[in-house]
Amino acid sequence: MAYALQQLINGLTLGAMYGLIAIGYTMVYGIIGMINFAHGDIFMVSAFIAVTAFTILAAADVTSIPLALTFVLIVSIFFTSAYGWAVERTAYRPLRGSTRLAPLISAIGMSIFLQNSVQLTQGARVKPIPPVLEGGIVLWDAPGFTVQIGWSQMLIIVTTVILMTAFTWMITQTPFGRQQRACEQDRTMASLLGVNVDRTISFTFMLGAALAAVAGVMVTVYYGVVDFFIGFLAGIKAFTAAVLGGIGSLPGAMLGGLLIGLIESFWAAYLWAEYKDVATFGILCLVLMLRPSGLLGRPEVEKV
Amino acid sequence: MNTPATLLSVRNLTMRFGGLTAIDDLSLEVPAGRITGIIGPNGAGKTTLFNCLTGFYKPTTGTLRLAHPRRGEMRLEALPSHRVARDAQVVRTFQNIRLFPKMTVLENLIVAQHNVLQRASKFSIAGLFTLPGYREAERQAIERAAMWLARLKLTHLADNAAGDLPYGIQRRIEIARALCVDPVLLCLDEPAAGLNPRESAELNELLLYLCGELGIAILLIEHDMSVVMNVSDHIGVISYGRKIAEGTPAQVKHDPQVIKAYLGEDEEEDVKGGAAA
Repeated sequence: MAYALQQLINGLTLGAMYGLIAIGYTMVYGIIGMINFAHGDIFMVSAFIAVTAFTILAAADVTSIPLALTFVLIVSIFFTSAYGWAVERTAYRPLRGSTRLAPLISAIGMSIFLQNSVQLTQGARVKPIPPVLEGGIVLWDAPGFTVQIGWSQMLIIVTTVILMTAFTWMITQTPFGRQQRACEQDRTMASLLGVNVDRTISFTFMLGAALAAVAGVMVTVYYGVVDFFIGFLAGIKAFTAAVLGGIGSLPGAMLGGLLIGLIESFWAAYLWAEYKDVATFGILCLVLMLRPSGLLGRPEVEKV
Repeated sequence: MNTPATLLSVRNLTMRFGGLTAIDDLSLEVPAGRITGIIGPNGAGKTTLFNCLTGFYKPTTGTLRLAHPRRGEMRLEALPSHRVARDAQVVRTFQNIRLFPKMTVLENLIVAQHNVLQRASKFSIAGLFTLPGYREAERQAIERAAMWLARLKLTHLADNAAGDLPYGIQRRIEIARALCVDPVLLCLDEPAAGLNPRESAELNELLLYLCGELGIAILLIEHDMSVVMNVSDHIGVISYGRKIAEGTPAQVKHDPQVIKAYLGEDEEEDVKGGAAA
């Protein structure tokens, strides 16, 4: 029981991070109908930016943890959004209006480019940072097993909840959110009503990158190490989460993320830890076969 | 009645798609504050004309000059489509309705006013913190939407998802949404299609009100002759991308060229199919 509770906490932490990344996939799919395969690498870049920012702070002798985290978050969000913008501008916008396959291939190219450029500039070795948030609260001191929620886990879960609330509000209530939804439903018509579609798409990419940046900072704080390849697996798992929740659906991405995180934790705890990735991708296959529109997605209706 | 000033002047407009000429050297004047009807057989290039006007297609050659009452002369063919709506205030509706189906009726109307809102929100920053200036702009946007909803008898449907409503009502919403852009030129692509006689009589009344009371110039593509003939001040007839006649409804009705185009000559049937699609 205590063990299960611990897995629940671990799973939620993991799931929150997948959810944050999955939103970037789902939003971009919603608005331009393509899978941005470079999104996982945007996340990886953000983790490196976080490492750099932490290193700078350490050099500057900043010891206040809240201050350091705020600084790192802001820096990482800022630069990662710039990456998101640049990727869309250079790799996807010139291909808009061509076949569906073209931007997809461009995305894969962009993914390889980001991975290799980080490998070249930052080195192929794992980069550690000194532990930022250690310890936690003991929730339950059961015989033989102690259930503990780490400060970093709490940080991740609380930040994710706040971000999701803010994000949902932004999409449903603000002029930008309305534009975003309008472009998602009918880009041509939105443009004919005066919505600047290109700018809305750019902003969507930046927003997705910003959420991935938060996930990147959290991963850095949680695991304490990054390398140039983390974007690949995290990206594919977040993509699975987006598909499981129903691609194009924002609450779906969050739900999918949580489910994937939980399944992975429990699978690793009770079955075979070394096969946890198999579980995730098994789910991807099952969802695609049995319910391609995902849990919260609506099936595409062919319009005649 | 004195002659009104020209609002839109189409000069030598040609639109080719590969080897297909959808519009061929078309010239047309649209007067301010009047209803101009555009009629012609299927595939004559009427919808293509609208697509050129709203920046959806770039014309192969020719000019589209808009004498904007407040902002001076504008060249529509050089503007990207979002600026045609935002700066030139030219807006269109579609033959097959294009509402945002998952948004409410009210939201559909507010999207059309988003430029005002976005300026007030300083690109989302003031909007994010709901500052007073933004709240005021939002209140005005809702008021304007409510005004058009009331005028088009849609108030009770404001919170329904637009895609779930019946066809005739969706048509009215589309017109209401276009009106929220505060157009100087309203382009309606077959607004009476699919309407029953009572609804199309209401549409006539609405068009006359918009034009007569509010001074909005209307460019109207329509197949329903009871609408076109009753409301238009002036009609242009297009066939195979060329203007074949122009004049008052009475003149056009008796023009031999027009009668020929409509009743057809034997071999011309299948030459120019998809130009308007």
